Amino acid sequence: MNAPSRAAPWRQDLFGSPWRIAATSALVVAMVVLATRFFGWGVARAVFRADADACRALDHAGACWGVVGEKFRAIVFGRYPYDQQWRPAVGTTVLVVLVVMSGLPRFWRPWLAVSWLVGLGAFLLLMHGSNTLGLPPVPTSRWGGLPLSLLLSLLGLFLALPLGMLLALGRRSELPLLRALCRTYIEIVRGVPLISVLFMAAFMLPLLMPVGLQPDVVVRVLIGLALFSAAYLAEVIRGGLQSVPPGQIDSARALGLGRWQLQRHVVLPQALRAVVPALMNSIIGTLKDSSLVTVVGLYELTGALSLALGGDPTWRPFYLEGYLFISFLYWLACFSLSRYSLWLERRLLIDRRLP
Amino acid sequence: MTGGPPPRRDRRAWALQAGVLAGVALILWALLAHALAALRARGIQAGFHFLSQPAGFEIGESWLSFDSQRSIGRAFAVGLTNTVRVALPAMVLTTVLGTAIGVGRLVRYRPARAVCAAYVEIVRNVPLLVQLLMWYFALTSLLPDAGEAWRLPGGVFLSKSGLAFPWPLSARPQHLWPLILDRPLLGPFNVSGGAAVTPEFLAVLLALTVYTAAFVSEVVRAGIQSVSSDQVQAAQSQGLRPRQILRWVVLPQALRVIVPSLTNQYLNLTKNSTLGVAVGYPELVSISNTVLNQTGRAFECITVITGIYLALSLLTSAAMNRYNTRVALRGIT
Repeated sequence: MNAPSRAAPWRQDLFGSPWRIAATSALVVAMVVLATRFFGWGVARAVFRADADACRALDHAGACWGVVGEKFRAIVFGRYPYDQQWRPAVGTTVLVVLVVMSGLPRFWRPWLAVSWLVGLGAFLLLMHGSNTLGLPPVPTSRWGGLPLSLLLSLLGLFLALPLGMLLALGRRSELPLLRALCRTYIEIVRGVPLISVLFMAAFMLPLLMPVGLQPDVVVRVLIGLALFSAAYLAEVIRGGLQSVPPGQIDSARALGLGRWQLQRHVVLPQALRAVVPALMNSIIGTLKDSSLVTVVGLYELTGALSLALGGDPTWRPFYLEGYLFISFLYWLACFSLSRYSLWLERRLLIDRRLP
Repeated sequence: MTGGPPPRRDRRAWALQAGVLAGVALILWALLAHALAALRARGIQAGFHFLSQPAGFEIGESWLSFDSQRSIGRAFAVGLTNTVRVALPAMVLTTVLGTAIGVGRLVRYRPARAVCAAYVEIVRNVPLLVQLLMWYFALTSLLPDAGEAWRLPGGVFLSKSGLAFPWPLSARPQHLWPLILDRPLLGPFNVSGGAAVTPEFLAVLLALTVYTAAFVSEVVRAGIQSVSSDQVQAAQSQGLRPRQILRWVVLPQALRVIVPSLTNQYLNLTKNSTLGVAVGYPELVSISNTVLNQTGRAFECITVITGIYLALSLLTSAAMNRYNTRVALRGIT
């Protein structure tokens, strides 16, 4: 294997040998064919109006983007009452603004945590409603679409991170019983598929709880997601903990730092910094995993699409366009997160003054 | 860690641990006792005796013979074989595709690198469930009806009702020569003969293969990149040919990095095959879901699937650890 050459001139790169000339021509032909096909289907012959007759007349020769316009609010907000959908819209905007702010180091101040608490509180209040504020209550069974996806991934992560941190510390603890307990938990959870955890949360948890204390299904699924992610986050964080040189711990002890001071000021800051890429991968994973809750009957983005199109024979033939639309939304979120992770990694390296 | 803590701290540590353990045990016991009481109140006797009761439902596709009179336990076995039936071919295909893409990201030819990078960035960032639903919709709605099936090379037919392909008439080894193939034939309304797989199977297979390949390619790439270029140059200066360098220098070292992560990806793939429940492919979780709906035995069903997947994971990681100790570099850390 040769490492990719750094500065080959493009002509050499594309046409340097007979093999390359052949490969380049084949690629160009393939790209032209694909591009014209996709352009013809997705743009030239496509119908952009929400006109079901025009769409059917196409017979899939062109895309029917009208389906996205027609079903936009059903896809994005699920079964939330139509005249109240401004509430999830405002709430989602608040959360997105908070996410973007949290990504920018200039906002890394203590008040950001307060803003998150306020923001999440406002989001839940808006979604849930309150008679005293003049917002008719909306039961969680009507929540859906993008707001629900965001809520499950964000709140799931917030609950999973501290639990994951405790599990990671516990797995490296000097106390053998505690270590075994954390290790058993992590291995069991990582060994089972998320779907079975979600089934457990949706169908088994009600059996385990006393009748008066049965939590709402969204809460149950949230607990399931958080317990699941925590095990994966624990392993990621453990990787970071192992990367902290033992000398640092000894020096901190010599300086008289207590057990928790040591973790708080010496170990965790370095450990978390070391695992930024892996942590971001887990976050992206949680966002993608939130789509699975549709299997236990919650209508987040993926479920809302099935609900919007599956029940409507007029628009059902144009599922593909709907899937492409939500795929694009997921892709945009996940791709931005992974690019952000690369940027953050480089920035943290600069902060540490490493070469 | 440094020498033992003083005895007083020692006793406190043990008390703390005993406390934590007792707390966890108490919570688990309370939950379990409550669940059993709730079940008894509903007149359900907890236990696994129901596994021998007749299932009362049919399963769309299966390796083992099955009908509604067979036991629920057998239904679980069918689910397990269906999981294996889709996971194994997906592992093979995803390894081939993933390796090709991973190597494609390291070649000198820039356009190949760009194409492979685009594949990874697109596929990795869309949830598997959405991809699976998309494949399923494409296979069941956009393909022609069975009567107008696409004729692919090799006597293979592809249509809304699945993929039909030639298959040996007899499965017994002594009858494999002379090999007589049962070829599918295109009739006016359907494809008959040969062997066939359902669109559900195909959708799960394609989705798992395409999705996991993106991750496998990253594993392969990282593995090859972990071999320092000095090693390659040293091998070149020793007069080894490129193929020899690959075989004797790069691969043995790269595999040490690749195999553990690849195993992880295989495990992920097997766990992800549970998404088949969303398109009605009768794998383990889907069967268990049906049983759960019919018998209301949430506790037992979830215990069965958790147990099976856990056993699978633990077996794999045990095998992995053995492999690791065998190939680990000795004397170098």
